[in-house]
Amino acid sequence: MNVPTLAELTAKGESPEVVFWVGCAGSFDDRAKRVTRAFVKIMNAVGTKFAVLGIEETCTGDPARRAGNEFLFQMQAVNNITVLNGYNVKKIVTTCPHCFNTLKNEYPELGGSYEVIHHTTFINDLIREGKIKMKEGGSFQGKKITYHDSCYLGRANNIYDSPREVLEALDADLVEMKRCRTSGLCCGAGGAQMFKEPEKGRKDINVERAEEALATGASTIAVACPFCMTMMSDGVKSKEQEANVKVKDLAELVAESQGL
Amino acid sequence: MAILQQLLFLIVILLAGYFIRKRVLRITKNIGMGKASIISDHKNDRLKNVLLVAFGQKKMFKRPVPAIFHFFIYAGFLIINLEVLEFIIDGLAGTHRIFAPYLGSVYNVLMNIFEFLAVAVLLACIIFLVRRNLLRLPRFWSAEMTKWPRLDANLILTIEIVLMCAILIMNASDQLLQTRSEHYTSTGPLLFSGFLTSALEDSNTTTLELLERFAWWFHIIGILGFSVYITYSKHLHIFMAFVNTYYAKLEPKGHINNMPVVTREVKSMLGLATTETPPGEPGKFGAKDINDLGWNHLAAAYSCTECGRCTSECPANLTGKKLSPRKIMMDVRDRMEEVGKSLDTGGPGLSDGKFLLGDYISKEEINACTSCNACVEACPVLINPLEIILEMRRFVSMEESGAPAQWNAMFQNVETNFAPWKFPSSDRFNWAKD
Repeated sequence: MNVPTLAELTAKGESPEVVFWVGCAGSFDDRAKRVTRAFVKIMNAVGTKFAVLGIEETCTGDPARRAGNEFLFQMQAVNNITVLNGYNVKKIVTTCPHCFNTLKNEYPELGGSYEVIHHTTFINDLIREGKIKMKEGGSFQGKKITYHDSCYLGRANNIYDSPREVLEALDADLVEMKRCRTSGLCCGAGGAQMFKEPEKGRKDINVERAEEALATGASTIAVACPFCMTMMSDGVKSKEQEANVKVKDLAELVAESQGL
Repeated sequence: MAILQQLLFLIVILLAGYFIRKRVLRITKNIGMGKASIISDHKNDRLKNVLLVAFGQKKMFKRPVPAIFHFFIYAGFLIINLEVLEFIIDGLAGTHRIFAPYLGSVYNVLMNIFEFLAVAVLLACIIFLVRRNLLRLPRFWSAEMTKWPRLDANLILTIEIVLMCAILIMNASDQLLQTRSEHYTSTGPLLFSGFLTSALEDSNTTTLELLERFAWWFHIIGILGFSVYITYSKHLHIFMAFVNTYYAKLEPKGHINNMPVVTREVKSMLGLATTETPPGEPGKFGAKDINDLGWNHLAAAYSCTECGRCTSECPANLTGKKLSPRKIMMDVRDRMEEVGKSLDTGGPGLSDGKFLLGDYISKEEINACTSCNACVEACPVLINPLEIILEMRRFVSMEESGAPAQWNAMFQNVETNFAPWKFPSSDRFNWAKD
């Protein structure tokens, strides 16, 4: 797999069009790594000149900030900004809505201003520009797919349409859950909940959301966030539906449809 | 006799003014306990929010059924209160329907519009009472909706019904009196109170005169009394919604406010030049009590009308966790009222040994938040409970080191491995090799 690092490109005196911010989940979580690779395949297939930071990338600090540890967040942020500014980075694409939100909305105040794009928007732009050509009657034609809005894309940043346009381009039959778009129900992982057990309650949030997704009768639950991926997959498993219903990231669906 | 009535009216007005002023000063002081900050940016965007969200009720219409009935009450409030101007002039000058001769047929049209709205308000309030008490909509019966919040809501609706009845009875008796006495200026036919006249037409003139006067006094004293009551009630949203929508957060909802005091420390620790002014008193990180929150958070608590849309969309609350964003706002307000009352009576105020975090809001509540912004999105007046939750998490994490153990472990991972999980940072790029 061709994955150039920013250090390599810089050594050759080149610079990428866009830096791919992989994120911790995309780097370490086995399931999310498949999404990372699917997105790299797409960029390689269309010839996007990108680079990653590799081992120079560190946590954006999102979970620390949301758990109340502002010191740790800012340590991470200031260090990351120093690296990014050192490479004179202008444009960043990321597969994680949490990284996306932090890089886009919270780094500017600390001296890091970049054009930040989430991969669903990036892929949607590639489709619009005709760089990704959707085949007539592809493998998703008429398949029921539901889309789970990530809070950090949707309510946090008003991105509701790009992911849906990608699904429509796949010729899939998009079925919405009752709570969608601005009313979308969280998967339960945001605000650093990903890293702790939930508080006492009647039910786990991801189970509630998985039930809603399963009720649509969709055979695929499309997600656009590595945390939603974990939560929705676990929810589907808790209902013993993992053999019938797949949880997939939009990048994976597009890569599949392209035979990548 | 007439002069006595005028004098009495003046006393009533002055009394109401006195009590309202006293409460407004107290509430202003309560809000002033919050951290000072000047919000003077993006004036046009802020005004747009006031016009669309507060004046235009934009966000209410996400739930169309209550929105329509609420709109009737809101329009009724705005428009019928124009009549209060006439009430006040009449009351002070000893006149009767002073505008009627000047406005002629326009007066008749206006009165009919007021009556239509009065009936609409009446019906809407009845429907709201039914929704609350008979249909028992869950969001009006959840845990924080204890005795007083439920009574408060029912009182507001009942008072509004009674006030609207007073207007209609007053107009009905007035219409009959117009045919019997010169003193009662002609208003032209009034449709809705016209339905009531048949029930009253057998009454003698003295009874009608008494009824008209009683309804008039009842209505104006009712309105003035209600104005005083509002300052103790969730109903204060009729005023504070405009304030809150003006000062509401304009950044994308995912943005969390920066702490410049931390930036200074972090930059100096990392040996980076800081342009910021040198640190003064470091102060407290995050919020333990109301005085650690911004004044705008405190003002937001006074603009909450406890509708519970936030809580009904909160994923934590929906799955049985203790967190309720509405309760957060109610707690902030209750704590302000408690401290304010203490100060008014020479008590210790904030130093009463109690705190917002601990005595009102528990860690279990704030730890359950997924920062999903559903509550922020749901609020029809742009209240942001999430910012308050985060300020309290900051206090727990940075002042008490009291974050949940798993979060502390996550912090440690970020510090040592630069990732929230315990993987060596040298493995970060292995995904490309697999």
